[in-house]
Amino acid sequence: MFPTDTMAQGHEGAEYGFAFLDEDAKRELRRSIFKAVCIPGHQVPYASREMPIARGFGTGGMQVTLALLGPRDCVKVIDQGADDSVNAANIRAFFSLTCPGVSGTTLTEAASVIQTRHRIPELPLRNDQILVFQVPYPDPLVLVEPNAATRRRMHGRADYARLWVKLYEDMVAFDEITISHRYPTRINGHYIIDPSPIPRYDVPKLHQADCLYLFGAGREKRIYAVPPHTDAIPITFADVPFTVEEFIDRKTGKRHCCRRCGATDSFLDEFPDEDGNRVFQCSDAAYCDSRLMQQEAAE
Amino acid sequence: MAYVAIRGGEEAIAGSARIMDALRTMGAGDPIELDQIERQMPLLHTKVMSEGGLYHPRLAALALKQSLGDSLEAAFFLRAYRSTKPRLGETAPHDTRGMRVTRRVSAAFKDIPGGQMLGATPDYLHRLFRFELMDEGAETFDEITRDWFGNRPEGTRPTTFPKVLDTLRDEGLLPPLAEDDTPPFDITRTPLIFPVPRSAQLATMARGETGGLLALAYSNMRGYGDVHPTVGELRVGYLPVTVPHPVTGKPVEIGEVQVTECEIVAMFEKTDEGAPVFTLGYGACFGHNEVKAIAMAVLDRAISVAAQNGRINNPSEDPEFVLLHVDGIESMGFCTHYKMPHYVTFQADMDRLRAARGKAEEPSHVSN
Repeated sequence: MFPTDTMAQGHEGAEYGFAFLDEDAKRELRRSIFKAVCIPGHQVPYASREMPIARGFGTGGMQVTLALLGPRDCVKVIDQGADDSVNAANIRAFFSLTCPGVSGTTLTEAASVIQTRHRIPELPLRNDQILVFQVPYPDPLVLVEPNAATRRRMHGRADYARLWVKLYEDMVAFDEITISHRYPTRINGHYIIDPSPIPRYDVPKLHQADCLYLFGAGREKRIYAVPPHTDAIPITFADVPFTVEEFIDRKTGKRHCCRRCGATDSFLDEFPDEDGNRVFQCSDAAYCDSRLMQQEAAE
Repeated sequence: MAYVAIRGGEEAIAGSARIMDALRTMGAGDPIELDQIERQMPLLHTKVMSEGGLYHPRLAALALKQSLGDSLEAAFFLRAYRSTKPRLGETAPHDTRGMRVTRRVSAAFKDIPGGQMLGATPDYLHRLFRFELMDEGAETFDEITRDWFGNRPEGTRPTTFPKVLDTLRDEGLLPPLAEDDTPPFDITRTPLIFPVPRSAQLATMARGETGGLLALAYSNMRGYGDVHPTVGELRVGYLPVTVPHPVTGKPVEIGEVQVTECEIVAMFEKTDEGAPVFTLGYGACFGHNEVKAIAMAVLDRAISVAAQNGRINNPSEDPEFVLLHVDGIESMGFCTHYKMPHYVTFQADMDRLRAARGKAEEPSHVSN
């Protein structure tokens, strides 16, 4: 019933099984994932075990990834598009500690499973790849309805009227839809999902993709999916087209480019340099690096 | 590699871990021993087991040591450790009448069957510093314990007691306890999908964070609610734990857990059968933590009242509001996560703000 003291001894990782979770937990996760794939966009409740990193840091994504990983997998972890931001580095270190045999990579094209926070890689993913999102708020209706039981009923009836009203009120107040990330997106014509805090720029990548998208919310205990070749339409009005971040320089009218690799077709991080000038750089570090390498090879 | 914003995460984490470890070890003195944590800070130590939801005294002490004394972090260690262990079985319901009681009070009656038993409590101690404790030698320790054990009367008193509320029940002032064989809701294996049964409500609060439970219960006590509790009985003690034998299925005692239990009596309500009766709120948790048990009992009552009336008037009566916000591991984690980078979402925010400002500057825009 209780672990013995000898089990608690030894150094870090030594007495933990493959992929940390006990086998019953992994089984439950896999069943929930199957259900999520079968009902695109539906939020499937699951028990959600505590991970040794804190809630809010990607415990939902981690559980999904741990349930997927086998010894032949190759995993990539990104946060804000970068492989070496602290949280991504930390989660990757955890995978390598607890999943012996699994290889790690920073190359988007080499990974079989990619866990991400806030971005979808620039490189289109293939049908043998899975993208796992870390999700803070799984329910788009939380914008308009705090009560979870009510929200569940609304989803069942595809009752999204209040979301539309919220968008309409935005238009009245700002002449713009102000939702910048977590853009409500309708999946397969029924459920509306919160696609996790990806920018608008990434939302169209969900639509009719080749790969499987899995969403894991740890604290809120929900898993949902956008399967391959599934409609994913950001909700908007017929006369208000959905727009993405364009990174247009208002002075020149031209698009900003990445200051490292010169890309004009990527989501850019904006930050002040040492002289206080606004500079732009690819948020997807692997994309930026591979472009740089190609340029060096061409020279 | 050229300049990039925040890079080298792995080295930064390794460095941070080294500083944490240095913080734990530097300065004078010997390493704190796990036994010292367990024996000399029992209230902190059992609070960690209670909020962590794992009764493992040795690991709880290690958790406190490793987390530099942060009770939320220490409870988190125990929770994370739970995730690696399968659930092997279920215990039958345990009757706390079988508890080896170390403290027991009732605020409802002056005298109770078996008697009031103050036991160990800081309630009536003056919070005045005993400066002599700043320099306490091992000899003083020995002296105090020898003095206590030497003067203790022989074990003539009983160690188990009937429940105070049984007398109220006998008189019909409390409704009789219904036998309920429904398997309890296991919050560690099933997410809370509302509405949830009372067993889920109690289990969630039993491993809730003390401060979170207290704040919500206090709001009810102060007037955002109307439970008006009387502590029918509060008891602290050791409850023998039995599990079914894996082969014979017969109950076998495998040890005991320290438990604090509180039953509050609240104002009466009408029943379908006619005569009004008092109502009950229940709180229980691992370890010695009276504030948590009382707060839990008040919230249990508050939620049940609202459910019976079909009307929620205050936050402390809303099962979703209470149960989804009292878990220390979850709330602490989510609070902490805001320190992580949010470059992408902030970039997207700036895009929307600039777009909206652009529209506002256009002369054609009609502002409302």
